[in-house]
Amino acid sequence: MTVIFDLEAVGYDYLNSSPALRDITFSIAAGKSIAILGANGSGKSTLLKLLDGLYFPVTGEIRAFGVLLTEAQFRNEAWAFGFRRRVGLLFQNPDVQLFLPTVRDEVAFAPLQLGLSRGEVSVRVESALTTLGIARLADRAPYNLSEGEKKKVAIASVLSLDPDVWLLDEPLASLDPRTGAWMMDFLFSLVEQGKTLVIATHNLAIARNVAHQACVLDETHRLIAHGQADVLLDNKALLLQANLIYNNGDHVLARQVSRALQDT
Amino acid sequence: MALCESCRRGFLSRRHDFVAKTLADLTEAMKRAIFAERYAREPGLLQAIDPRVKLVTFLVLLLLAAWTRRLDVLGGLYLLTLGLAIASRIPIDFFVKRVWLFIPIFAGMVALPAIFNVVTPGKPLFTVLTLVGAPCFLPAQIFVTEQGLYGALIFILRVATSVSIAVLLVLTTRWTRLLKALGVLRFPQIGILVLGMTYRYIFLFLHNMESIFLARRSRTVGRSNWQEKERWLAASIGSLLGKSYHMSNEVYLAMVSRGWNGRPVLSDHFTLCRRDWAWLGFVFILSVLIIWVGMR
Ligand SMILES: Nc1ncnc2c1ncn2[C@@H]1O[C@H](COP(=O)(O)OP(=O)(O)OP(=O)(O)O)[C@@H](O)[C@H]1O
Ligand SMILES: [Mg+2]
Repeated sequence: MTVIFDLEAVGYDYLNSSPALRDITFSIAAGKSIAILGANGSGKSTLLKLLDGLYFPVTGEIRAFGVLLTEAQFRNEAWAFGFRRRVGLLFQNPDVQLFLPTVRDEVAFAPLQLGLSRGEVSVRVESALTTLGIARLADRAPYNLSEGEKKKVAIASVLSLDPDVWLLDEPLASLDPRTGAWMMDFLFSLVEQGKTLVIATHNLAIARNVAHQACVLDETHRLIAHGQADVLLDNKALLLQANLIYNNGDHVLARQVSRALQDT
Repeated sequence: MALCESCRRGFLSRRHDFVAKTLADLTEAMKRAIFAERYAREPGLLQAIDPRVKLVTFLVLLLLAAWTRRLDVLGGLYLLTLGLAIASRIPIDFFVKRVWLFIPIFAGMVALPAIFNVVTPGKPLFTVLTLVGAPCFLPAQIFVTEQGLYGALIFILRVATSVSIAVLLVLTTRWTRLLKALGVLRFPQIGILVLGMTYRYIFLFLHNMESIFLARRSRTVGRSNWQEKERWLAASIGSLLGKSYHMSNEVYLAMVSRGWNGRPVLSDHFTLCRRDWAWLGFVFILSVLIIWVGMR
């Protein structure tokens, strides 16, 4: 089994703020999908940026495809080129991913940057647009699309790159139920094609339907569990501890009692 | 009486919202013109010219405008930009307003003192002030001089013409093609990178400004007074800068993630056609003429 990412005691903190990740150790195997679960602010997005070689660990180390990820390593243009071609990141906020004048330019950006032939670029762009069902938006300006449409354009802009490894930050956020279900199928089809998926989310349904494995970050930015997705998802105490579910039984009871009192 | 009161109130609150509304309108217009490349997509004269040729010839025109000392030549160049705007299907009032809105503010401040004899000595046109018992370093009379007025006019027209040339270039050229043309013409990589980032920064700035205005409007119940408004404006400009900076950093990461290495790549090839050669010829002849007139 080939290992794609190997993290060893990784820690990261942003300048003048508290740590965003502490002591993270786990590895991600090729062809598997793994869900990174955690409450708001637990460090999921930061972890994906580390895996994509956009930030570098302050402590510990990350290896990708057996190579240590460092700034110096990315200065090797040929290597960086190969890495960018194999790994795609879907950002949590589609606004930051979309910066070109039209949807079509946006989707063509990655394959053009990575030096594909012009013919192949246009084939890929068209097929990404049709797969996502947004061909009719091709000549619109991304900034005035709806949130859900922006998300689809952002996904198309990764799809046109056709990476082996997909890093996805909250892929279901701001999608309506039908599109959400479609998205799950889409992620599932990527898994079936043998792609490696790393999905950061606090949506347990995605984790249950798509992920083979899961890791859970708690609010102190540490890894508190790592293993089979369905096993972890059945562990109620763990999910409560990570603030991924909350116990609302008490509130419901209190409301029923007060309503009963009013009725009498 | 009650009616009057409500009229007055309506009028006042409308005036209060004037600043916010003007800024919001301006933002929208800028976004549409520059970021949606509204005019760069029209089938006009300048849009059809190769971006490299356009860049070089517009630089030449800018240099000519900076070099010439003749009012008629500057006037001619200014009229030329108007003609080009029309031929490129840019609404003329939009174009003229965009240029002249800023000139009185910037150029006017610099040019105004220069028309008086204190700064530019020369033949008096009319007297503004007679000083009785003036200190020795000031002349007894302050008047507008012919040379001063001529110089100020030249200055203002030069600024207007240069700004018009630059605005024309930006409005009629798609941004990615402009960056690419800079790259082809061996403009330093780092400069292109900085330009690209600035462009996105401005975009995010406008985008955030718009949402802050909307967010504020949705949270404002009833009327607020001027002081509150000023306080709000100062506070939101601070947060705007921070937010835009944070987002533009994220945008940079998103570009790097998709393989950006500072070199813009474009799907279209550049080839020169007859129209490009004709335009090059036109600008060449024009330059020779202007230089010849100027040297005489
Ligand atoms: N650019 C930044 N500068 C400083 N601190 C940051 C920055 N980005 C994130 N943080 C901090 O780092 C921590 C982890 O943030 P991160 O965005 O990775 O969380 P997340 O798990 O993705 O949260 P969410 O579910 O809300 O997206 C948070 O405490 C956050 O405040
Ligand atoms: Mg996040």
